[in-house]
Amino acid sequence: MTIIPSIKRDFLVKLAEDGKRADGRKFDEFRNIEIEVNVISKAEGSAKVKIGNTQVLAGIKMDIGEPYPDTPDSGVMITAAELIPLASPDFESGPPRENAIELARVVDRGIRESEVIEVDKLCVVPSEKVWLVFIDIHVLDYDGNLFDAASLAALAALLTTKVPAERFELGEDYPLPLKEPPISCTSVKYNGVVVMDPSLDEEAIAEVRLTIATDKNGDIRAMQKGLNGSFNLDEIKKIIKTSLDNGRKIQELLYKSAGK
Amino acid sequence: MNSDIKLFENGKRLDGRKNDELRKIKIEVGVLHRAEGSCYLEWGDNKVIVAVYGPREAIPRHTQNPLRAIVNAKYNMAAFSVGDRKRPGPDRRSREISKVISEALENVILVEKFPRASIDVNIEVLDAEAGTRCAGLTAAAVALADAGIPMKDIPVACAAGKIENQVVLDLGKEEDNYGSADLPIAISPRTGEILLLQMDGHLTVEEFDKALDLAIKGCYIVSDIQKKAILEKYQPNSEGK
Repeated sequence: MTIIPSIKRDFLVKLAEDGKRADGRKFDEFRNIEIEVNVISKAEGSAKVKIGNTQVLAGIKMDIGEPYPDTPDSGVMITAAELIPLASPDFESGPPRENAIELARVVDRGIRESEVIEVDKLCVVPSEKVWLVFIDIHVLDYDGNLFDAASLAALAALLTTKVPAERFELGEDYPLPLKEPPISCTSVKYNGVVVMDPSLDEEAIAEVRLTIATDKNGDIRAMQKGLNGSFNLDEIKKIIKTSLDNGRKIQELLYKSAGK
Repeated sequence: MNSDIKLFENGKRLDGRKNDELRKIKIEVGVLHRAEGSCYLEWGDNKVIVAVYGPREAIPRHTQNPLRAIVNAKYNMAAFSVGDRKRPGPDRRSREISKVISEALENVILVEKFPRASIDVNIEVLDAEAGTRCAGLTAAAVALADAGIPMKDIPVACAAGKIENQVVLDLGKEEDNYGSADLPIAISPRTGEILLLQMDGHLTVEEFDKALDLAIKGCYIVSDIQKKAILEKYQPNSEGK
């Protein structure tokens, strides 16, 4: 993707040998995170998340539709991500490509598989009518670590979502039923050093990437390894620990920002 | 027209505005890190963000013009920006708006300075509540200035329309849905030239004159807000920044 001159790579590697990162962070330290909720009035729920200079906006829309035949009593969630050309000189317009699809699927999996949305409570008429939950991720400014920013934005948006029952004449609006959301933390490795929450430059020289989602109880809820490099077992164990530590802090911030 | 909906109450419009009053406008300059120029704009309940990239080599190559730059404005609505979720990606409406905005901006940008280049203006509508093309163009002009793109002027847009036989400035959502005409325009405030003009509905010639006059007045008010926002970022030593 981004072509980073070898000079810059040497610079980052050299800094890492002295235990430093270009922006002065520790290896296991996140950039500053800001979460702002209810930013879009037309959406059922919305949030803007900043991780350093990376900015992601997530909006939730809901509608009534048909359930899948194999889950006739469950609501349906659909996640889409757009890497719009607004966010980076390298993003092009057009239908979503590999990167946007991977991003949407990783965010989707984190929410779907850990059953954050209680889909069994989103049935209106079994086999006929259920609530559809659309999660749309809009990347506004790409400066590294989209996975964590997008997941966090989606979760914050869900936490503020009101089911628009009145609009469909199904009684009063009510908060979307949710369970504890797991927090995703991404690390990358370059030249034998593992760093948390990679910046754009660090991502560009990364050999291998690992995203781990952890929950409040300190359990692991989802993982995704990326790129063609490899980790050893010690590195994986260390990343799990730093992901748990950071995850706990981010979870607190998430609840505080969503007013819960 | 739906006559059940009343668009005036006690001589005021639904949102309490007078006939020649704009919705509240807020402009922030330079809100994005990666873009060369950017602008976030709120116009009533509309929220728009614009990023400018370029001048850079136009790709694909066959779009290059050896004599001047091409201006590539892309108007896009977020899926969650409207009542019923919009399918992501361009549709016929957004393509048309992209085209008329590109042409309006091209008029003021010194395109002959950058042969074979493209100037990309990405307009994202995050929250839509009538008048997004005016909001988009107004924000695009500020983002272009923020990107340091040489222009003859900072263009500005505003709409006027007709509701219940009265000509009013800057239609709101209900007024747009149930009113009888909408006239969005963009001008070059320095010369007063019209850069964009569209109309739908039904106006007499006299009403058109009145609406155009009102829209132009609105443009000048918005123009002042644009300039103030840009100066706030770039004027040296204001508040010790």
